[in-house]
Amino acid sequence: MLNGLEAVFFYLFAFVAVGAAFMVISSRNPVHSVLFLILTFFNAAGLFLLAGAEFLAMILLIVYVGAVMVLFLFVIMMLDVDFAEFKSGALQYAPIGALVGLILAAELVVVTGGYVLSPQLGSGAAQPVPDLATRSNTAALGDILYTDYIHFFQMAGIVLLVAMVGAIVLTLRHKQGVKRQNIARQNARTLEEAIEVRKVETGKGI
Amino acid sequence: MDTFFSFYVLPALIILLKSVVLIVVLLIFVAYVLYADRKIWAAVQLRRGPNVVGPWGLFQAFADLFKFVFKEPIIPSGANKGVFLLAPLVSAVLAITAWAVIPVNEGWAVANINVGILYVLAISSLEVYGVIMGGWASNSKYPFLGALRSAAQMVSYEVSIGFVIVTVLLCVGSLNLTDIVLSQQDGLGTRLGLTNSLLDWHWLGLFPMFIIFTISAMAETNRPPFDLVEAESELVAGHMVEYSSTAFLLFFLGEYVAVVLMCALTTILFLGGWLPPLDIAPFTWVPGVIWFVLKVCFVFFIFSMAKAVLPRYRYDQLMRLGWKVFLPISLFMVVATAAFLKLTGFA
Repeated sequence: MLNGLEAVFFYLFAFVAVGAAFMVISSRNPVHSVLFLILTFFNAAGLFLLAGAEFLAMILLIVYVGAVMVLFLFVIMMLDVDFAEFKSGALQYAPIGALVGLILAAELVVVTGGYVLSPQLGSGAAQPVPDLATRSNTAALGDILYTDYIHFFQMAGIVLLVAMVGAIVLTLRHKQGVKRQNIARQNARTLEEAIEVRKVETGKGI
Repeated sequence: MDTFFSFYVLPALIILLKSVVLIVVLLIFVAYVLYADRKIWAAVQLRRGPNVVGPWGLFQAFADLFKFVFKEPIIPSGANKGVFLLAPLVSAVLAITAWAVIPVNEGWAVANINVGILYVLAISSLEVYGVIMGGWASNSKYPFLGALRSAAQMVSYEVSIGFVIVTVLLCVGSLNLTDIVLSQQDGLGTRLGLTNSLLDWHWLGLFPMFIIFTISAMAETNRPPFDLVEAESELVAGHMVEYSSTAFLLFFLGEYVAVVLMCALTTILFLGGWLPPLDIAPFTWVPGVIWFVLKVCFVFFIFSMAKAVLPRYRYDQLMRLGWKVFLPISLFMVVATAAFLKLTGFA
């Protein structure tokens, strides 16, 4: 399946991704952690490209690296957390952490070990699958998201909208007595109402 | 051994050669774009601009290059050294990387990929990291403020740029940059009787989006009047305060390469790429590359004039323009364009 250059790049991306992911949890400086997380995303995008999913690779870069991680970095730079103090108490959570890790690993083993192909798969193969050369995966994804499952897509959108409105309502505060700009009023001002010309006599003032 | 050579070594060498030619031509072009920028700015202010190095000051950019390279690099003692040195590299390398998919003529792109426009969008959304990393690693007040400003600014304007691109994609039906240019051979002009002319290009059919894209491109690349990242009257030079010599040069270079990239993107999306303005004899004799470069220069002239003529925006005005003006208009235009294409059967 993997041959020549593809294999070389696969192992390059995979090893750098794993190494960078390890650095995310082991580096002392939180900003370095975020930068390593970005490197991990980059390599994941590279793996997507090798798998032929160019649209997913680009969306991963645009959404996660271009927007989500920027906000992440923003918050971490602004918070002045003393990580030495933070880390000193970390060891007492080690047993619980190890337990969670063990459960997740066991679940992974169960899922991958019990993985079998569906018996109905043979009947599905008779349906024509469009050739990759004639149908780009961007168009195929678009068909699935916006045509086949449009209602689920819209519902997901509404859930996100509700979450966003909720966040805004929770943080929105109208303070009394704060001077605010009213852009429409500012733009509607004319020269006549803004400036008044007066004759001032020398030595008298207004 | 022969197959190894013809399958791997030869294509790799050809790609390498194309990339080197692209980078060399691009950097020389950027050197003169820089010179043009300063000359236009000077002309508006009734000054002469650079006129000492070489005839009419034509070698000014190269003199600046040598000046920067031979100066002493200074790393502040409180700086985070690794990130501090990585930041200008990120900024310059990403800006040049995005050029890999830009077609300057039919088939003249280093990589003609399916998702070209998404690639450019992805890379240009990453350029903010150079600024943030530089601002943070300098361990100083003004660079940090500049970094925070740029993070908010670039994320805000990416949203409207994204929607503008969606309207163009609705009309084209492909994410490939070459397809986007070729689709502009048929449009309003053809229906009015001027086949394959400048009236066919998207700037007319999608007129308000052309303006929004140009202004957003200025904001995205921190060009004046949106250069709040490095507003010298408030932040000295923003994220670049602590940088000197080659590191500063890389920041500077990255910024201008990104600006020229945005000009090229405007050309491809709205001004018909390498297509001649009229499909008659003297215009069709000129090679496509020349048209492409001329259009890029035209868009850059607009950028340059905006820098010379307009005062800097205030930060709250910038945010208001991005979120309360451009976002609703572009969102509405996406819906309107989709409805128009569906109802009239253009798509």
